[in-house]
Amino acid sequence: MLEIKHISKKYKDFHLNDISFSVKGGDYFVLLGESGAGKSLILEIIAGLVAPDNGEVTMNGKNITNDKIQKRGIGLVFQDYAVFPHLTVKANIAFPLKSRGLNKHEINEKVSELAKKMSIDHLLERRPNTLSGGELQRVALARTLALEPDCLLLDEPLASLDVQLRDDLRSLLRQINNEGITIVHITHDFEEAVALADKVGIIHNGKIIQEASPKEVFHNPKSKFIANFAGIKNFYKAEIKLGETIILDKKVEIVNVSGKTQCSGFVMFRSEDVVVSGRKTESSICNNYQGRVIEMIPTKHGIELIVDAGIIVSALITQQSSDKMSLAKDSSVWISIKASAIRFIESS
Amino acid sequence: MKSSYNILNLIFILLGGLVLLFIIAPLLGMVINTSSAEIIETTKDTEVQKSIWLTLSISFVSTLVFAIAAIPLSYLLARKDFLGKGLVLGIINLPVVIPHSAAGIAILGFISRDSVIGKIAESLGLTLVGNPTGIAVAMAFVSVPFLLNAARDGFAAVPERLEKAALNLGASPTRVFFRISLPLAARSIFSGLILMFARGMSEFGAVVIVAYHPMTTPVLIYERFGAFGLSYARPVSVVFILVCLVFFIALRLMAKEKQK
Repeated sequence: MLEIKHISKKYKDFHLNDISFSVKGGDYFVLLGESGAGKSLILEIIAGLVAPDNGEVTMNGKNITNDKIQKRGIGLVFQDYAVFPHLTVKANIAFPLKSRGLNKHEINEKVSELAKKMSIDHLLERRPNTLSGGELQRVALARTLALEPDCLLLDEPLASLDVQLRDDLRSLLRQINNEGITIVHITHDFEEAVALADKVGIIHNGKIIQEASPKEVFHNPKSKFIANFAGIKNFYKAEIKLGETIILDKKVEIVNVSGKTQCSGFVMFRSEDVVVSGRKTESSICNNYQGRVIEMIPTKHGIELIVDAGIIVSALITQQSSDKMSLAKDSSVWISIKASAIRFIESS
Repeated sequence: MKSSYNILNLIFILLGGLVLLFIIAPLLGMVINTSSAEIIETTKDTEVQKSIWLTLSISFVSTLVFAIAAIPLSYLLARKDFLGKGLVLGIINLPVVIPHSAAGIAILGFISRDSVIGKIAESLGLTLVGNPTGIAVAMAFVSVPFLLNAARDGFAAVPERLEKAALNLGASPTRVFFRISLPLAARSIFSGLILMFARGMSEFGAVVIVAYHPMTTPVLIYERFGAFGLSYARPVSVVFILVCLVFFIALRLMAKEKQK
């Protein structure tokens, strides 16, 4: 089990603030956050490349905060791979094996086993400058696995790969994890997190703001930032007083079907659940608001309308609907949100 | 616009050509004014042969010996920040700016029989003044900045990430230095070694003060000029320059080969 306890690190223009999380042995933990959120720094602190100002890192109960980098048994795959340019692929993979004091025969055996597993056995005599990004990534992975680490740290491993290679590498990472290696993987891609993680930690402005299973993060996001990460655009602070309404962002009221009273939290609904019409129509929907189109963004599923209706609402409609209603920027529209599509999350 | 650019180019080429001519003309003039018979005769002169061999070998050994300490210092200067680093950087470049005759006087004081080092050397049965060891010290003093600077640039150009990655892969700092940092900086270090060697063997000012004898070639050229005049000094100069050029070109080619 890897535990990060109250880690802080201050730089002139950035600081990590009281970071704590734990990863069970064999788990796949994804740390999700925007670029510049401090994700890479956390990995560097775990690996020992950077010393924290405060806090500790423990591995299986042992405090390793001040242990030497080379004694930690934690493998780090850098975002830019850091494959040694003057060594062949084979020598790169053999590098940690030599540090471990294996003999030549054992090294050769292990190198070819790892190369086969990573499907780079045909590249062993090549120099890194002749390899593609995907190949370099595999060399870096094979090299780190040769260390037989207790824990593998991956810094944006899929970021610079094309779609096909991503799928391949994802299944490879899953396979490595299934073999029992604990993985801490950092990314800014929510989909990547959902696809791989047992547990997701969300980091924002140098702080972990939610730590849960991907499902829970998706269904129960703790902030607008996380909801946006999960692809939910309509996310508002909500307040329920006595009555039958929920007040969103202190501006707009919607019908309260949550059954809760006198509490606050968040309300969210999907862009697909917002119905747009040219004028007010009689229907069973209770939440109807007049608004103005402030932006029209083409997406692969149609058009995303951004409507100012007191609160900013995102609605997804088809191109045909948009044409039929002759929508343009500044058009006046009515939006309707079915009460059953609205989810209220009480804040803890 | 285009024509003014062309005129500017023309002026630059002209000025550049003058500088090149300034370097080449005296050397070429010297070679032209020396007959091949004179050159052949000079190469047979045992005093000349001995001095060239002495100069090359002392410079070579002094470069290698001082490199053992200079390369680690370059690494420290490239990688570590410490109090007084600016001062250290200034100090290592001092020999480039001070007059070499003054450097010779300083070294002489440092290694003479009356100095601590001179006394220690003497107790070991070694005389530094008027000895190849003294010459090596003088050569190193004036030429070591070239190695230090080139090696420091070389180490600074090695991405620190690679060193950290190597540590993360379980290598000891010593192994990281020898397997990662040193090979990746090798080209710059090699260039630095060439420059140090070349600068050392051409040194006159500091060497002549520390050791007139045994005579290195630059001192021999000076002596022949003083005793017999220009026409006697010229063939030795030509031969020594040719030898220097052969070494310099060969080493440069080797450095290029390494680059590939």
